[in-house]
Amino acid sequence: MLTLQCPYCGVWAEETELHAEGEAHLKRFGPGSSDDEFEGYLFMRENPKGVHFERWRHSNGCGKFFHAARCTMTLQVFGTYSAQTLEPPQDIKDKISAVQPNWSWREFS
Amino acid sequence: MSKAVSALNGASFEGFVKVEETGLRGMITVRGDLDGAEMSAAVKAATGAQMPAQRKVVSGDKGVVAWMSPDELLVVVDYAEVLETVATLTTALASSHALVANVSDARAVYHVSGEGSRDVLAKLAPVDFGKDAFGAGDIRRSRFAQVPAAVWGNEDGSFEVICFRSVAQYVFDLLKVSAARGGEVGFH
Repeated sequence: MLTLQCPYCGVWAEETELHAEGEAHLKRFGPGSSDDEFEGYLFMRENPKGVHFERWRHSNGCGKFFHAARCTMTLQVFGTYSAQTLEPPQDIKDKISAVQPNWSWREFS
Repeated sequence: MSKAVSALNGASFEGFVKVEETGLRGMITVRGDLDGAEMSAAVKAATGAQMPAQRKVVSGDKGVVAWMSPDELLVVVDYAEVLETVATLTTALASSHALVANVSDARAVYHVSGEGSRDVLAKLAPVDFGKDAFGAGDIRRSRFAQVPAAVWGNEDGSFEVICFRSVAQYVFDLLKVSAARGGEVGFH
């Protein structure tokens, strides 16, 4: 079972206290965007075997959304961080690089 | 005006610990910038308590203040004084972006007391109720079986459990089963 630390209330919450909310760092393409961009925003999701960035919500707790970086293969959790960001913070990236030096995920590496 | 009653009207159960519904309780949700000076002044004026730290409960001479999330507090006062407290808070927070809502009748509160209270709670929530991890003055929002609930520790070693009024009977039944004689765990 996954145990993640909510960056807002500091609680080490196990999976049943949280709700998975899909992929992190999606860029919204709305009115005025091309069909390809809109399709990508709506439907195209990463499904990696390896490093992944996810959005979670501490639904049975403080109710806040946050981001988590983890590996889908080893189930290692690299860390959780605030949702008020457009890209993973450097310290999370460093933690991933220490374990998997050649990782990449979308435009991040 | 009709007479206000609490969800289970003070129902109680005596197993290896005692579970009581506490009856009417004034509860106010306050949302806003908890780091702001106005917020701490408002809380001080309404309850006499200091601003609680993360996941803490602080009592003042007029009420109790609990930290619910980085932008939310729960103010607990006597049911009779809740409207007055709402007015005090609303006035004190008038110039900032904040919400003050009276949720007294939307919640149910249980008092769990006696040796083994920690075991009763630990059976229901995915929370570490060890004495080192959770003590007096700590609050934890989590789930009790299938519904959200919050629990905090009192100075005398008892616990208060808050849930939504719509699931009051469900939570009371859970606590009853968990506290039933024959179900002692003796872990905590």
